[in-house]
Amino acid sequence: MKKSVFLGTVAAAGLAAVGASAQTLSDVQERGTLNCGVTTGVPGFAEPDADGVWQGFDVAVCRAVAAAVLGDPTAVTFVPTTGKTRFTALASGEIDVLARNTTWTFSRDTDLKFDFTGINYYDGQGFMVPASLGVSSATELDGATICIQTGTTTELNLADYFRVNNMSYEPVPIETGSESVQQYLAGACDVYTTDRSALAAQRAGFANPDDHVILPETISKEPLGPLVRHGDSEWFDIVKWTLNALIAAEEYGVTSENVEEMASAPTDNPEINRLLGTEGELGSMMGLENSWAKNAIAAVGNYGEVFDENIGDDTAIGLARGLNAQYTEGGLLYAPPFR
Amino acid sequence: MSDTHAQSVAFVRRSEIPPAPPPARETGAVKWVRENLFSGAFNSIMTIVGLLIVFYLLSGLIPWILNGTWEGSDIRDCREILGNSGGGCFAVLAERWPQLLFGFQYPDYLRWRPTLAFVLLAVALPPALFAMYLPRWTLAATALYPFAAYWLIWGGTILAPVVAALGILAGYLVFKAIEKRGFVTALAAGAATAFIVWWIGGLIVGEFPRMLSIEPVPSRQMGGFMLNLILGVICVSLSIPLGIVLALGRQSRLPIVKGFCVVFIEFVRGVPLITLLFVANVVLAYFLPPDANFDLIIRVIIMITMFASAYIAEVIRGGLAALPKGQYEAADSLGLDYPQAMRLIILPQALKISIPGIVNVAVGLFKDTTLVSVISMFDLVGMIRGPILSSTDWVGVYWELWAFACLLFFVVCYGISQYSQWLERQLTTDHR
Amino acid sequence: MTTMSDPPRADGFRVSKLINDTRYRSYTFQFIALVLLILGFGWLINNAINNPVLREAGIDFTFLQAPAGYDINQQPISYDSQDTHLRATIIGAINTLIVAFLACVTATILGVIAGVLRLSNNWIIKKLMAVYVELFRNIPVLIWIIIIFTVAANTFPPISEFRIPRDGSDPERGLLFGMFAATNQGVFIPRLDFAEQGWIIAAVALASVAGVFCWRAFARKELYEKGRELPVFWPSLLILILPVVIVNFALGSPVGIENPEMGRFRFEGGFLLRPSLISLWFALSVYTGAFIAENVRAGILAVSKGQTEAAAALGLRPGRIMSLVVLPQALRVIIPPLISQYLNITKNTSLAIAVGYMDLTGTLGGITLNQTGRALECILLLMLFYLTFSLAISAIMNIYNRSVALKER
Repeated sequence: MKKSVFLGTVAAAGLAAVGASAQTLSDVQERGTLNCGVTTGVPGFAEPDADGVWQGFDVAVCRAVAAAVLGDPTAVTFVPTTGKTRFTALASGEIDVLARNTTWTFSRDTDLKFDFTGINYYDGQGFMVPASLGVSSATELDGATICIQTGTTTELNLADYFRVNNMSYEPVPIETGSESVQQYLAGACDVYTTDRSALAAQRAGFANPDDHVILPETISKEPLGPLVRHGDSEWFDIVKWTLNALIAAEEYGVTSENVEEMASAPTDNPEINRLLGTEGELGSMMGLENSWAKNAIAAVGNYGEVFDENIGDDTAIGLARGLNAQYTEGGLLYAPPFR
Repeated sequence: MSDTHAQSVAFVRRSEIPPAPPPARETGAVKWVRENLFSGAFNSIMTIVGLLIVFYLLSGLIPWILNGTWEGSDIRDCREILGNSGGGCFAVLAERWPQLLFGFQYPDYLRWRPTLAFVLLAVALPPALFAMYLPRWTLAATALYPFAAYWLIWGGTILAPVVAALGILAGYLVFKAIEKRGFVTALAAGAATAFIVWWIGGLIVGEFPRMLSIEPVPSRQMGGFMLNLILGVICVSLSIPLGIVLALGRQSRLPIVKGFCVVFIEFVRGVPLITLLFVANVVLAYFLPPDANFDLIIRVIIMITMFASAYIAEVIRGGLAALPKGQYEAADSLGLDYPQAMRLIILPQALKISIPGIVNVAVGLFKDTTLVSVISMFDLVGMIRGPILSSTDWVGVYWELWAFACLLFFVVCYGISQYSQWLERQLTTDHR
Repeated sequence: MTTMSDPPRADGFRVSKLINDTRYRSYTFQFIALVLLILGFGWLINNAINNPVLREAGIDFTFLQAPAGYDINQQPISYDSQDTHLRATIIGAINTLIVAFLACVTATILGVIAGVLRLSNNWIIKKLMAVYVELFRNIPVLIWIIIIFTVAANTFPPISEFRIPRDGSDPERGLLFGMFAATNQGVFIPRLDFAEQGWIIAAVALASVAGVFCWRAFARKELYEKGRELPVFWPSLLILILPVVIVNFALGSPVGIENPEMGRFRFEGGFLLRPSLISLWFALSVYTGAFIAENVRAGILAVSKGQTEAAAALGLRPGRIMSLVVLPQALRVIIPPLISQYLNITKNTSLAIAVGYMDLTGTLGGITLNQTGRALECILLLMLFYLTFSLAISAIMNIYNRSVALKER
C-alpha cells in the first residue's frame, strides 16, 4: 500500500547514513530527542499511565538525562525492550541509554561491551508465596513449582540457590512479568521469584495483597543501573554524572522546588554552586551547558524525590529506602565530589 | 387404458384415482430428518452426540453473552454486578476498546484519523475487489487511497505522500512514453524518474516540513488491531510484486539469478517467522547503519515482507508450472520477447490460477502479524497479554478479551477467504 | 533473399549490444544482478563491521562450552544447571522434536476424522465440522495457544486441592484410579519404571511388533494364494500383548508402573505433562487439524464418484468404501499438502516461547541468548537448525511422495 513511501524512506535513510558519526552526544543533540530503553511495563519503575505517558523510577533517569543534555525532560522517545532485545537495542544504536532495571554483572560489563554508569537501585532477588501455603522460609521450598520471568539474572541465581541448598524445583519460565503474575495468581506455580522491588510492586497490584507473603531470604545482589555503549566516554560521563547529580542533590538538600532559587545566585556551599553551575565550568567540561544539573533536578527532582514519588512508602508499591538511602543515613548512595 | 376394460368388467375403475400423498415419514421435515440425521444406527448416535455438543456449547455461550454486563469500571465492579449469572464482563471492552484497536500510545484525540482511514477503505476497496462491475475510473480511488491513508495515520506534512504519489505517477508516465523502445529500458527510465522526483521532493519536503501539516504520529505509537492491519496490508502489497519477481527468477535460465532466488526462497520457507522476527528485533540492527532511524516497525515490515514474498513466489511458481507448455511456445512463435511474453501471455493466466493460493498466503500472513507481540510490539495480542491483562483493574478477564480478538480476526480472515472463493468462481472461464 | 546466407555482421562491439542483443543480454543481466548482490551484501556486512559493539565483541561460539547456569523443566536427557549451553541447546532441540511429533500425529488423526465427517450425510455433524474448520483456520494459532494455556491454568482443578492439608485430613481431590491427576500445574500420569532386566521386555516388545507385521503379511499371502481369509485384528493384539506380559511375570516384573504420589507441593514420581506442553500440543493439533481436514476433503472429492459407485455396486459397506477404495486413492492428492502442514507444525512449535515451553527457541533463542547476549550467534544456530530440519523432512517426504505417485505408463 505505502510502497513508494516505504522505498522513499529506505532511500532517504540510506543517504542519511553516509554522514553518520559515532558520537552519541552530538547525535542526540542533532536529533533533538533522547532514545531511552525501558521495560515493557513494571509498575513504579517504568509503565505508561492511562494517557500513554511513561512514568516511573527508571523513566526519571531518562528524563533527567534529556533535561541535562537537551534542556527538555519531555524530549525522550521511550523504547520498550524485553530481556532479550535490550542489549542489542543498545549495541545497535537504536537507543542511547538503557534504563531498564538491569543488573550490573561482570560479563555484561566486559564481554558484552557495555558500561554501567552507576547504580540507581540496590536490589536483591526474593520469593513471593501465597500465605495459605504455610511457608515461612525459602529453605522450605524443596519440590515447589516456581514462576520465573526470563531474560534476567533471575534464572541463574535461582539455579545456584537451589543447587547450593541441595533442593529441587520445577521452573516455569515466562517471558513477561505480567504473565508470570497471572500464572502465579492462577495457582499454576506455587512461588513467584524476581527482584524484591518488583515483587513488592506487583503485589501492590493484587486484589488481596495480604494473601501473599514475600519470604525473608534475599538470594542475590542486584545492583541495578543505567548503561551505555562501551567506547563513548563522553556520553558515559554525561549519564554517570547526571545520576550522581540527582544523588548529590539529595545529599545537599537541593530539591525540584528550591533549585531555581539556589541556582539564581551563589549559595554559601561551594559544592552546590559547582553542581548548579553558579561557580566553575563543570558543564562545559562535558560539552553541556552549565545549567545541566539544574535542569535535570528541576525536571525530576533529586534522588529522594524520585524515589518517594514512584516507589516510596507513600505509593502503592511502598518500598523502604533500605540500602538505597544516602551514606549519611546508613545507605549505600555516595556521590563523588563535584569538583 | 380404462377403455380396454370398460365393457368387459363392471368393477374395473374407469378413471384414475388421484395419487395418494406419500407416507408421512417420506415427506417434508420428517423425511429430511430421517435422511439427514437418523438414516442408520451409527448416524443416529452421531446426531445425538452432535446435538449434545451443540447443547453444551450453547448452554455456556448464551448466558455468557445475554447476561453479560457492559457497565463497570473494573473486574470487582463486574463481579458485583454479575453475581452468579454466568455472564461475561464485557465492561473491559467498553472501557478498553480504543486501546485494543489503536494501542495505548496513539494520541486519543487523533483516533478519528485512523478510523476515517479505515472507513475510507470501504470506498477504496470495492473498485479493486469488484473491478469487473464498476467503471474503470473508480480505480483512481483505490490508487489514491494508500497515500491518503498514510497521511491520515502517520500525519505530518501532506507534501510527503503527494511527492510519493507524484514520483510514481511520473515514473509511470515515463515508462508508458518509452515503453515501445523496450520494456527494460522503459522500466529503468521509469524507476530513475521516480527516484529523481522523490529526491527533489525530499528536498522540498525538508524545506517545508510544516506545510499543510497535521500532527505527526511516529510509527512506534501504532498499536492494537490497527498495527495488525497496517502490517498485514503493507506486507502483502509489497510481497506480491516481490513474489512475482522471485518466481520468475526461479524459473529463469540465468544461473546466478536462479540460484539466488532458489536459495532465498528455500531459506525463508525453511525457518519459522519468529526467528525472522528475532532477526528484525535483535540482529538486523547490526547490519543497518546505526543512525538510519530504522525503527522496529520498519525492520519488522522488511522481514515479514521477505517471508511472505517467498511463499507467494512458490504459489506463483505453481501457477506458472500449471500453464500448458503451448502457451510459452505460442508466445515465442509470435515473436514476443521475454518481458512481452510474460506480461501479455504468461503472467495474466498464471496469476489467475494463483489467486486462491495468494489469498491463502495473505490470510496466513495477516494471522501471523500477531507474532510481533512476542518481540515486545503492542499489537492486538500484545495489548491483551501486556498492558490490559496485567493492569490491576482487569486481571483475569481473559475470556472476553480473547473472544473479542478471535471475533476481529475471524471476521477479517473469513471475509477475505469468502471473497477469494467468489472471485475464483467469477474468473473461471472454462466451461465445465 | 540474401539475408538467409548473410554472415553475422562483423561490425564490432557496441555498448547497446549488451542490452539489445539476446546473445549478450543474459550476461549483462547476470552481471548487473551479481554486482547488485555483492553491493547489497557488502553494504550489510560493512555496517556490521563498523558497529562498534559488534566489532569489539566479535563473533564467537565458545559460549556454547560455558556452563549454562539455568534449569530446564522438561529434560528428555539428563541435565543440570552446570551443564553447558550446548547441552541445553540439544535438550531444546529434542523438546522441539517431541512436541512437533506429537502434534503431527494428533493433527493428522483429527484432520482425517474432521475431513471425512465434513462429507458425511449427517447434517449436524457436517455443520459442526464446518464450524470447527472455519473457526480454527481463521484465527491466529498464537491466540489459540495462549487461550488454551490460560484455560489450562484457570479451569483445571488447582493442585492445592490435591495436597494433604496441614492438619492431616483427606485432601479435597484424589488421583483418578490412583494413577491420573489433571491439575493446573500439569497432568500427572503413571510412568513405566524399568528395572535392571527391563531391556529384555523392551526387546520382546519390539519382537512382538515385528511378529504382528509377519502375521499380517502371512494372512495376506494366504488370502491371495489360497483364498483363505484369516483374522488379523485379534491375533495381532494377542501377539502384541501376550509375550510381553508373560515375560514380565517370568522375570519377576522388572517393568513396573510408577504412580504419581503427593509430596509436599506436588506429585512426585510418575510422569508430568506440563501445561506448556499440553497447550502447545493441543493448540497446534486442533489448528493444523483444521487445515488437514480441508486437504483431506479436497483429496476425497478428487476421487471420482464412479469409484464410490463401483465399490457400492460390489456390495461394500460405506465405511469400507471409504477405507479401502476412496482414502487410498485420495492419499495421492492429500500427501503433498500434508507434508507442508507437517513442516508448518514444526515451524510453529517455535511459538512455544509464548507459553514457556523449553524448546529450542526457549533455550538457545531464549535464556541462552539472554544470558550470554550472543544474539547473532544464537539466532544463526537457531535458523540453521530449523532450516536443516525442514529441508531434511521435505527431502524424505519427496522421496515417499514419488514412491506413491501414480505410475503412468
